[in-house]
Amino acid sequence: MPSRKLTISIAAGVALSFGAASVLAEGYGPRPEGVAFGTEVSEGDLALWNIDIEGPTGEGLPEGEGTVAKGKEVFAAKCVACHGEEAAGGSVYGSMVGGIGTMTERPRRLTPGSMYPYAPIFFDYTRRAMPMDSPMSLTNEEVYSLAAYIYHLNGLIPEDFTMNAETMPTIEMPNRDAFMVDDRPDASAERCMSDCKPIGTVADGDQKS
Amino acid sequence: MTTTKDRSRHLRRTAEDDSSPPARSASEDRRSFLRRSVSMAGVAVASSAAGLSAARAESLPVPESNKKMGRPIPESMYGMPIKYEDHVARRRTDVFVNKQNWSDWSMTPLQHQIGIVTPNGLFFERHHAGVAEINPDEHRLAIHGLVERPLVFTMDDLMRYPSVSRFHFLECSGNTLTDWAEPKATTVQQTHGLLSCGQWTGIPLAWLLDEAGVKPEGKWAILEGADGSAHLRSIPLEKIMDDVLLAYGQNGEMLRAEQGYPIRAIIPGWEGNTNVKWLRRIKIVDQPMHARSETARYTDPMPDGKWRQFSMTMECKSVITNPSGGMSLKGPGLYEIRGFAWSGNGSITNVDVTLDGGRTWREATVEGPVMPLCLTQFRYNWQWDGGPAKIASRAVDDTGYVQPTVEDLARAREIVGFVQHHNGIFPWAVNESGEVQNAIA
Repeated sequence: MPSRKLTISIAAGVALSFGAASVLAEGYGPRPEGVAFGTEVSEGDLALWNIDIEGPTGEGLPEGEGTVAKGKEVFAAKCVACHGEEAAGGSVYGSMVGGIGTMTERPRRLTPGSMYPYAPIFFDYTRRAMPMDSPMSLTNEEVYSLAAYIYHLNGLIPEDFTMNAETMPTIEMPNRDAFMVDDRPDASAERCMSDCKPIGTVADGDQKS
Repeated sequence: MTTTKDRSRHLRRTAEDDSSPPARSASEDRRSFLRRSVSMAGVAVASSAAGLSAARAESLPVPESNKKMGRPIPESMYGMPIKYEDHVARRRTDVFVNKQNWSDWSMTPLQHQIGIVTPNGLFFERHHAGVAEINPDEHRLAIHGLVERPLVFTMDDLMRYPSVSRFHFLECSGNTLTDWAEPKATTVQQTHGLLSCGQWTGIPLAWLLDEAGVKPEGKWAILEGADGSAHLRSIPLEKIMDDVLLAYGQNGEMLRAEQGYPIRAIIPGWEGNTNVKWLRRIKIVDQPMHARSETARYTDPMPDGKWRQFSMTMECKSVITNPSGGMSLKGPGLYEIRGFAWSGNGSITNVDVTLDGGRTWREATVEGPVMPLCLTQFRYNWQWDGGPAKIASRAVDDTGYVQPTVEDLARAREIVGFVQHHNGIFPWAVNESGEVQNAIA
């Protein structure tokens, strides 16, 4: 079975190569003649489903706005039980504050402040998945306010910041440029059969000889 | 009386199995039966190793099952395995305790898997907000965004399409992540059980996108689930046009709820979480979302504080499932080393086995069928001399890629924290007592 690489453009000037086994030799072929059973629908009728927000641009962020003060209230009512006081870690989850500057340390401390490359990710995720026992229940104002509160605790925005569709994508996230696209295969082992080097460990490889 | 089959049954029992509380009173019977046959197997194996034929089985009574009627056929039932197989079950990780069990996972008992197909009730689970239970009559799938005609489908609509079926493995990107630098897990279920394989039946997604008419600027598709996390991933259209399925069928029946009933994506060879379950929406877009699940999760730490993103292919990997961690060999003699190999980049061409920690390797027998992006079985007859051994497997796929060691991977990546995409060679140590243990370091 021949293999080939899929090269996918992910953004201008950046190409992403995927290893892909072609199953086209026994592939699916084109859509069979006359087979079409979908029903047309309008984008308007999908409005309540259309909740994805593009991280880099914030496209899809809704109307409304939030504040740090309001976020503190919402957090105390709906988040603190799992995430702890001031989002420092609670009964279920670890801290959502800090970790900025730890990406070259061991361990790296991962929080929305240290990890997210784009601030709108917080809105997308929180609206669709939080609170865990009542997802999709928060208002836009509540989500914007929680974002303001958490990003403020991380020292990324001032206390008087107004979070909305215009301001959210402008927040400078420290991990913005930390991401690289998949460049595997990155390990090129030899198929040695005799007199081989014994199976090594992570500690051996860490020396990056 | 003592046969290879008897011995393999002991091998398939693990320390972990014994630690589980007996579910039924039958367990006691089973345990005493096993103790009996363990000692008998030991005698026979020892003699065959010495080249003797002195061992004699006792004369055989007529089995009780020959002397009575069996269980009658009920009017209707979904058949389940016999009670003597109760120990074969999915388990959550025992390396650590999650504080909640909604965004959690359970693992396939690979040490008990016979053949390349994972039974549906043993398929590994990874959910982000628990198992959604969806009425198929109420389920809708929408395709919209950069298309000429946004479309919505009922399940009845989807099941009218001609169907295709393919065998593919599914592996969580986090499979084996507890065991990079030091042995943490005991059994192969705990080290490699975020892996399963089945036959998937459904509709090529390319057909539905053709029906909707993708606009020229459409390059990626966002796939989103109807679960409590509305889990989503961005998938490049090139992959979708190549081989992506929307599956409603799994191993001859409708999907289990845990596998995304009534419909899910199957992205062959790519990490489990891209195979979005309970699929409700596909949006065609011009660039990936960079969602939390594509930035803060499912990315790989790299040197100099970097993170590798969109590393979705599950690279070539293999593991010995028999004998494996927690098992015990009953004396020197012949043992069949068995295991699985798989690659998200193609088909398995070779599997090698080492018995001495990697100094020498011998080619194992790869057993058909060999299918691309699918579990492949291998086996090797090992004459164990009773001394310490370190056994491992190494797979090669048809791109020429050779499964690396964790040392090779650590040279290129930063192994810090919960690191995904562990496809390293995985050794098991066998000591002089025959006990098999995780020997990753």
